[in-house]
Amino acid sequence: MPVFLTLRFLFPQRTGMQAGGSERVRENFRGRRQMKIHEYQAKEILKSYGVPVPKGGVAETPEAARKIAEGIGKGRLVVKAQIHAGGRGKGGGIWVVNSLEEVEKAAKEILGMTLITHQTGPSGRVVRKVLVEEGADIQEEIYLGIVIDRSRECPVIMASREGGVEIEKVAAESPEKIVKEWVEPSVALRPFQVNKIGYGLGFEPTQVGKLRSVVTGLYRTFYEKDCLLAEINPLVLTVGGDFIALDAKIIFDDNGLFRHKDIVALRDFNEEAPLEIEASKYNLNYIKLEGSVGCMVNGAGLAMATMDIIKYFGAEPANFLDVGGGATTEMVKNGFKILMSDPAVKVVFINIFGGILRCDTLAKGVTEAVKEVKVNVPIVVRLEGTNVEEGRRILKDSGLNFMVASDMQEGAQKVVEYLKRQ
Amino acid sequence: MSILVDEKTKVVVQGITGNEGLFHTKQMLEYGTKVVAGVTPGKGGQKIEGIPVFNSVTEAVKETGADASAIFVPPAFAADAIMEASDAGVPLVVCLTEGIPTLDMVMVRKYLKERKTKLIGPNTPGIISPGKCKIGVMAGYIHKQGVVGIMSRSGTLTYEVVDQLTKRRIGQSTCVGIGGDQIIGLNYVDLLGLFEKDSDTQALIMIGEIGGTAEEEAALFIKKSVSKPVVAFIAGLTAPPGRRMGHAGAIISGGKGTASEKMEALEKAGVRVVKNPALVGEELANLLKKV
Repeated sequence: MPVFLTLRFLFPQRTGMQAGGSERVRENFRGRRQMKIHEYQAKEILKSYGVPVPKGGVAETPEAARKIAEGIGKGRLVVKAQIHAGGRGKGGGIWVVNSLEEVEKAAKEILGMTLITHQTGPSGRVVRKVLVEEGADIQEEIYLGIVIDRSRECPVIMASREGGVEIEKVAAESPEKIVKEWVEPSVALRPFQVNKIGYGLGFEPTQVGKLRSVVTGLYRTFYEKDCLLAEINPLVLTVGGDFIALDAKIIFDDNGLFRHKDIVALRDFNEEAPLEIEASKYNLNYIKLEGSVGCMVNGAGLAMATMDIIKYFGAEPANFLDVGGGATTEMVKNGFKILMSDPAVKVVFINIFGGILRCDTLAKGVTEAVKEVKVNVPIVVRLEGTNVEEGRRILKDSGLNFMVASDMQEGAQKVVEYLKRQ
Repeated sequence: MSILVDEKTKVVVQGITGNEGLFHTKQMLEYGTKVVAGVTPGKGGQKIEGIPVFNSVTEAVKETGADASAIFVPPAFAADAIMEASDAGVPLVVCLTEGIPTLDMVMVRKYLKERKTKLIGPNTPGIISPGKCKIGVMAGYIHKQGVVGIMSRSGTLTYEVVDQLTKRRIGQSTCVGIGGDQIIGLNYVDLLGLFEKDSDTQALIMIGEIGGTAEEEAALFIKKSVSKPVVAFIAGLTAPPGRRMGHAGAIISGGKGTASEKMEALEKAGVRVVKNPALVGEELANLLKKV
C-alpha cells in the first residue's frame, strides 16, 4: 500500500492536491434539489457524532480568520474556501501557510474571489467564507464514504486506501482496492462490519480500534440525518497514528428534510442559482442549461423528452422546467415568468399533456402569464389531453401570438425552424 | 388480457379522507374500478362516496375482501402505510405518494422481502388495465383496451406514449408506472416476466430515463427471457452531464447510468430503441404489423 506524501507539503501554497470531494451531484433529474452543505458544516455534524476533525473555525473576514488561527496555536495552518463544489485546491481556493500573517493574507485573497472549478461551471462561485484549520501531519490518505446502493436497496460503506482522489476513478481503475460493507438499517452497523472494513484495508489492530469511532460516527450521521451521501475524503492517518477527517461532504435526501429542521437551516442561498431558488419557492423544478429554447413542460420525464426532441431536430434547450404532473394555473404562471427571465431564451416551447390537469386551466395560466410578462420572443404551444379543444380556443381567443403545434414533433420542428430563420 | 389488476380487483384506498385520496377515489370509481373500502385511522365507521371507511387495513380486508391497496397518504406516513397493507396480507400495494424519505423505503423493501406483497411505486402515476381497473392518478380516457404492455418510470411521458397508441387505435393490456424514486417496488424485470406470461400482451413498450441501472438489467433479462417485441425510449439524452452523472450510485454499478449506455444495452438485447419520443407509437405500430 503506497504511502501518500502529497504535494501540499512540497508547495505550501496553492497546491492542487487537496481533495474536494468527488464529482457526483444530482442523482436524478426528476428529483428536486439534493441539499448540500459546506465543508465546515459537515465537519461540525461529524464532530457531534464523534468523528475527529481538525481544530479550526469559519471566518468571513481576514481579521476573523487570523483570530481563529491564533486560537489554534503554532504550526502549519490551512485556509480553505467554502463553496458547494469540489476541486477548490486547483482553483486556488486552498492555501497551506505557516504564520498568522499568511493566514490573513490567504483569507484576503480567497474571500471575495470567484472560484472556478470543474464543478462550478464557467461562471464560478464567489467565496464568502473560509475555514481556517490546523494542518495535519499526513502519513496516509484514506477514502471513506456512504451512499445508497440502489440495487441492494440499502446503504453501502465504501473505504479505500487510495484516498484523496475521486472514488469513481479508483472504482474504474482498481475496484479491488475498495472495501465495501452493506448495512441493514434495522440491524444497524455491527462491530464485526467495522472490523471487516479495517482489516480489509490492511490496518493493524490498534488502527482498526481507532477507525471504529470514525466509521460508526459517519454511519450514524448518514442514517440519523437522512443522507444520500456522507463522505470523508481524505480521512487522514496522521504520523502520530490517529485518524482525522480532513475533508467532508454531505448531501441530504430532500425527502427526509421535513424531520430535520436543523439541517434545513444550513441551506446557503448564495450557493444556488437565483432562478433555481425562485423556482424552488413555487415548488417547480428548474435547471438552467446552455441553449436558447426555453421549455416549460408538465412532468419530469416529458420535460426530459422535450429537451431530447429539441436537440433531435437540431436546437438546444435553455432550461429544464417541470411544472409538475398536476400543475396549477399559478404554477404555470410562475414557471413562465422564471423561464422568461433568462435572457438567453430566443424562443419558448410549452409542451403540456393534460391528464387530471385540464388543458383549459393550463391555457389560462399561460395567457395570464404572457399578459403579465413582457414577451418579445415567439411561443410555440403544444397542448394535448383533457379539454384540449377548450384549451386551444383560449389560446386562440387571447389575441396573443402563439404558434400552436398539434403534437410534440411539430412543436419541436416549429421551434427549430424559427431559430434557423433568425 | 392484463397483468396484476383486472375487473375483479377489489381496492382499498388508504388515506381516503384526504384531498388527494378523495378526489382520486371518485375518479377511480368513475372509471369503473371496484373501490370497496377506505382506511383513515380514527375515521372508521364513516362512509365516503358510499364506501365504508375503516380504522385499519386489516379490518378493511376482513370486512370487504380487498386485494389491492392504493396509498394516498402524506410522505411522512407513507412507508408505514405500505407496511400496514403488507401486514394485512394485501397482495398488491400501489403507492402514489411522492417524497418518501429514501431510508424509509430501505426499511419498507426489507419488510416486504419477508412477505408476499408486491409494491408498485412509490412516486408513480399507478397502474391501469384499460377498460377493467385503474389504481392511480392517470386520466383513464386516454387509454384503450388492447395488446400493448407499458412500463415506465415517468408519468406524463407515459400519457404521451399511450396517447400516440390510442390515436392509432392500438390498445394497451396494462400500463404500469414503476415510480421515479431510487428505491422502488416492482421493477422492469419483474414486469417483463409478468407481461411475457400474459397471453394477450403482444408487444411491450419500456420508457426509461437516466440514472441507476434498471434499464441495463431489463436489457439482460429481455435478451434471455422475453420473446415479445419491445420498443424503448430513454429520456435524458440531452441532460447535462455535470448535473447528475458521476454520482455515487454509479460507482457500485461500474459507472453505468447515462441515456446512451442504456440505449446501447437495450439495442444489443434486440430492443427497438426510438430516439425521437414522438415516434414511439409509430414504431410500435410497425412492429405489430409484423407480429
